[in-house]
Amino acid sequence: MTSNGSNENKIAIKTRNMNLWYGSFQALFDINLDVKEGMITSLIGPSGCGKTTLLRSYNRINERLGYVRIDGSIKMFGKNIYDDDVEISQLRQQVGMVFQRPNPLPLSIRDNILFAWNIHTEKENRISRSEQEDLIEKSLREVVLWDKVKDKLNSKATFLSLEEQQKLCIARLLPVKPKILLMDEPCSALDPKGTEAVEELIWRLRGEYTILIVTHNMAQARRASEECVFMLMGKMIEHDRTEKVFETPEQQETSDYIAGRYG
Amino acid sequence: MTGRAVNNTIQTDDSPDLDWYIDRIVQVLMFIGGISAIVLIIGIFIFVTREGISFIFNDLDFAEFFASPRWRPTSEWRATYGILALIVGTASITGLAMMIAIPFSLGSAIFISEFATGKYKEYLKVLVELLAAIPSVVWGFIGLTIMNPLIIQIFNVPVGLNVLNAGLILGLMAAPIITSIAEDALKAVPDGFREAAEAMGATKWQVIYKVVLPAAKNGLLGAVLLGVGRGFGETMAVLMASGHAINLPENIFDSVRALTATIAAELGETAVGSVHYQSLFTIGIFLFLITFMINLTADLVVRGVKKG
Repeated sequence: MTSNGSNENKIAIKTRNMNLWYGSFQALFDINLDVKEGMITSLIGPSGCGKTTLLRSYNRINERLGYVRIDGSIKMFGKNIYDDDVEISQLRQQVGMVFQRPNPLPLSIRDNILFAWNIHTEKENRISRSEQEDLIEKSLREVVLWDKVKDKLNSKATFLSLEEQQKLCIARLLPVKPKILLMDEPCSALDPKGTEAVEELIWRLRGEYTILIVTHNMAQARRASEECVFMLMGKMIEHDRTEKVFETPEQQETSDYIAGRYG
Repeated sequence: MTGRAVNNTIQTDDSPDLDWYIDRIVQVLMFIGGISAIVLIIGIFIFVTREGISFIFNDLDFAEFFASPRWRPTSEWRATYGILALIVGTASITGLAMMIAIPFSLGSAIFISEFATGKYKEYLKVLVELLAAIPSVVWGFIGLTIMNPLIIQIFNVPVGLNVLNAGLILGLMAAPIITSIAEDALKAVPDGFREAAEAMGATKWQVIYKVVLPAAKNGLLGAVLLGVGRGFGETMAVLMASGHAINLPENIFDSVRALTATIAAELGETAVGSVHYQSLFTIGIFLFLITFMINLTADLVVRGVKKG
């Protein structure tokens, strides 16, 4: 586990003058956002404010829809991910995503963990069975799931509880060593206990990974993120340290939202 | 007449009104509709069995029936009732048909479900349904008038009505049915699986063969089995395209005869109640049992019988 303590102020994602349209509907307006490396940044705002759209632009999964248009640039570690020479598969190796609804693949726990790894590892670099087992164990230990599932690695992942499924969805990203983890309301399908466990897990992954987390739950943003971005109507309103945003916001809209006056 | 006071009591007047009657009538109609399918199937089975049963108990020699290729029910000096050649005929045609239909229909189902979008997808689906709606006698006609001379010409064989012809026709007939059911099976795979795999960097093809196909495998297998059931049961096209000659085929250019075609061609010429008549019904029972088992298996497979 390398610590990125010295990189505190390095910027992992530099978003510049970014606009996004779904067909003729503009969903994001002139987004300029610097996400600091190794930190947890939360995106908050009322429904439809564009926070999920923004998140889904960072691994270009928005493009599944086919009618999305983007201008501006998103630089990750200096490289614009919307350049023509960017290979989406490689981008997604480095930018993992966790979804709102836990979505383990209908395969065994083992195959779920190895799925991304198999895709991104060349045939000649394949490792032995026992090294694979180590990889699986390490990934599952990192999400505190190993002790629970070590005896049933071959059973289907879809039979796990939602909390365990979501942890598995995080664990399966780790073998390919992503730099950035995108999380789209990762706890909204979980009960309070599951939420607490997954939040704790995300908190532990901080430092090693740059984490962007979209949340509806303001208490969650407050306790589980270091920086916070407030968005409204497709625009970025405020971005600062989380305590600052929640205690002394600069914009009127932010303080109104945080006070619960709308949203 | 204390108009106000009425509001304090709960209305418990349950005397039937029009809506109540409509509700009852619709319920009864639905019930009749629901059980009529079951009643009819059982009725058909009883009818077929009744006509064939005395042959089974009196005249049937099991060894001859299943192991002899000689189907000579009208022989003057010794009638034989061996359906082996007919079973082999049906099986070879169905087998060839499936070899043609399965790759085509799975391919088009994958294309329609995973690649085609928007209007294009809708058009394709309508076209497939349209193909499935072509009457089998029309297919038989195509086999007789187009495929027959074509096969004679291309392969330089004396007869074009053979396993190849019937297999091709039957394959083309079964393909749209398999396609349509397989497409439903693929569509039933939650999109979240595809999204998850894509977000991990899987390419379109990796998503399909590592995630979508395994997830839909029961439905796909069920689609194929229903296609096989269709092949076994098909009569008219097979009668017209197979050559209808009792024969154990050695290659795909031999003419054969199918179980179904035998019944269709001979039943009209037999005396009701004769041994020949009853033996045809016995073939009917046999076919019924086979298609029933295939469809039942398909149904169980589609629902995903869990191990244990």
